[in-house]
Amino acid sequence: MTPPGIRCETIAEDALLLRFGERIDAAVSAKVLAAAARLRQALPQLECVPAYASLLLRFDPAAWHGHEQVQAAVHATLEATDAADIASRLVEIPVCYGGDFGPDLDALAAHAGLDAAATIALHVAGDYRVAMLGFAPGFPYLLGLDERLAMPRRADPRQRVPTGSVAIGGNQTGIYPAELPGGWHLMGRTPLRLFDANAASPALLQAGDRVRFRAIDADTFHRLARNAPA
Amino acid sequence: MSVRVLKPGLLTTVQDGGRPGHAALGIGRAGAMDVPAWRLANALVGNTQGEAALEITLLGPTLRFERAAVIALAGAAIAAELDGRPLPGWTRCRVPAGAVLRLGGFARGCRAWLAIRGGFALPPVLGSRSTDLHAGLGPFGGRPLQAGDELPVAEAEPLPDDAVQVAHWQLDPRPWSDDGVPLALLPGSHHDALDTASHRALFDPAGFIVSKDANRTASRLDGARLRLHAPLELVSEAVLPGTVQLPPSGQPIALLAEAPVTGGYPRIGQVAAVDLPRLAQRRPGDAVCFRPCSPDEAGQRLAARQRRLARLLAAIAQRLHGNA
Repeated sequence: MTPPGIRCETIAEDALLLRFGERIDAAVSAKVLAAAARLRQALPQLECVPAYASLLLRFDPAAWHGHEQVQAAVHATLEATDAADIASRLVEIPVCYGGDFGPDLDALAAHAGLDAAATIALHVAGDYRVAMLGFAPGFPYLLGLDERLAMPRRADPRQRVPTGSVAIGGNQTGIYPAELPGGWHLMGRTPLRLFDANAASPALLQAGDRVRFRAIDADTFHRLARNAPA
Repeated sequence: MSVRVLKPGLLTTVQDGGRPGHAALGIGRAGAMDVPAWRLANALVGNTQGEAALEITLLGPTLRFERAAVIALAGAAIAAELDGRPLPGWTRCRVPAGAVLRLGGFARGCRAWLAIRGGFALPPVLGSRSTDLHAGLGPFGGRPLQAGDELPVAEAEPLPDDAVQVAHWQLDPRPWSDDGVPLALLPGSHHDALDTASHRALFDPAGFIVSKDANRTASRLDGARLRLHAPLELVSEAVLPGTVQLPPSGQPIALLAEAPVTGGYPRIGQVAAVDLPRLAQRRPGDAVCFRPCSPDEAGQRLAARQRRLARLLAAIAQRLHGNA
């Protein structure tokens, strides 16, 4: 019933879960996002929720004759179209690294065996892609972190991580869209607003977007923060 | 026209059917914990458009009605006094201008919904007036009600028996109440990873107890510690209300209406959607036990309940419009 390489599970009365792999991997994520893009186009009545290696499909059970019918439609869609590259935007995220903006930068540098400037350079050089959003509205989980910057999470999570913090947890990296508790290491902060429920497009980043970071100084941070829509 | 919050109660929030369709942005659905009770409360006051109502938890608020209103209570039976006189639930009641409604506690269950004719006219966020406490979305910035809050009420067409104090008819709450029976559990992706003893314990009639750590997001279940054959290395994936996760502590967590959109713990089961309102009525200290259920059975029970609910909603509308 399901195309090769994909496992399909019935996980609720109104949901299927497609599994494309087991781990955090750019190639697996690309398959998830390509499938999500094709299904959104062909079957807009399904809600697609991509994660690192899986894709949740939620549907109205009253509108379908059981999971089998949804599964058949999904199968036909994924079989019929080529695994074309997904169209992706490139979003540049200005970040003020270190100091009060990134209190864990020195710890990350020490862990990587680099100095702070080289650590920042490594982070800025990366070509990232948003694999999924989760944890909180607008929180992007990014792929593409240089292995040297990976560092196990903090033993003592912070009660309050400031809005806009760019952080590393294990081999994952993300940006806190609001003040939240968190156990990741804080490298810097962006003045950009990642989530605004009242905006036409509430989340700045969406799964599939490419991301690059640009280092800015504190003055630029404050200037951009003032100009960011409230 | 508005309602003033004199005392907020333990946890009173504005809720409607939630905000579906935004999970890919990390935004959960939230919404009423017991959707049939919320819909029936609305139906009793003549609301048919998914109007926002108040969700009351464990201890109710005290409210003053600045102008006359038509209200209804549904969900678990809650102590209610209007200007010192008992107010029945599961029926439609007229409230005179200036009246004070004191809502108390529950003998059984823990949540009720107060609907008002016209609905609470607070600005929607992403198409919904549901309060998402975790994400801080919805009316009042996503927080519970506080003393002094003013709840605007939308204007609505009058109905034939508006002058009647309390309707002379009442819904039978029993089909919509928690009867304490085992909750149907669909198998989860990692159900087979449970060891034999844990598999037995999951469906043991002795079951679990809702821990003190229970809220709109999840109920943590005390009881036998469940274990896997071997640890699983999992990456975050989408979760849903009803998903039962197993964190390393071995204490299962059943996600509820305000479930996050992703989670990384093993998923050992999924509470049948038709039984989620029951789970939502179990308070800390209440028993929860599970029985295995197939997706087909869960789907059929859900469809049957939706048909029953639709029939009842139609019958209520007919009665309110005087065609009974």
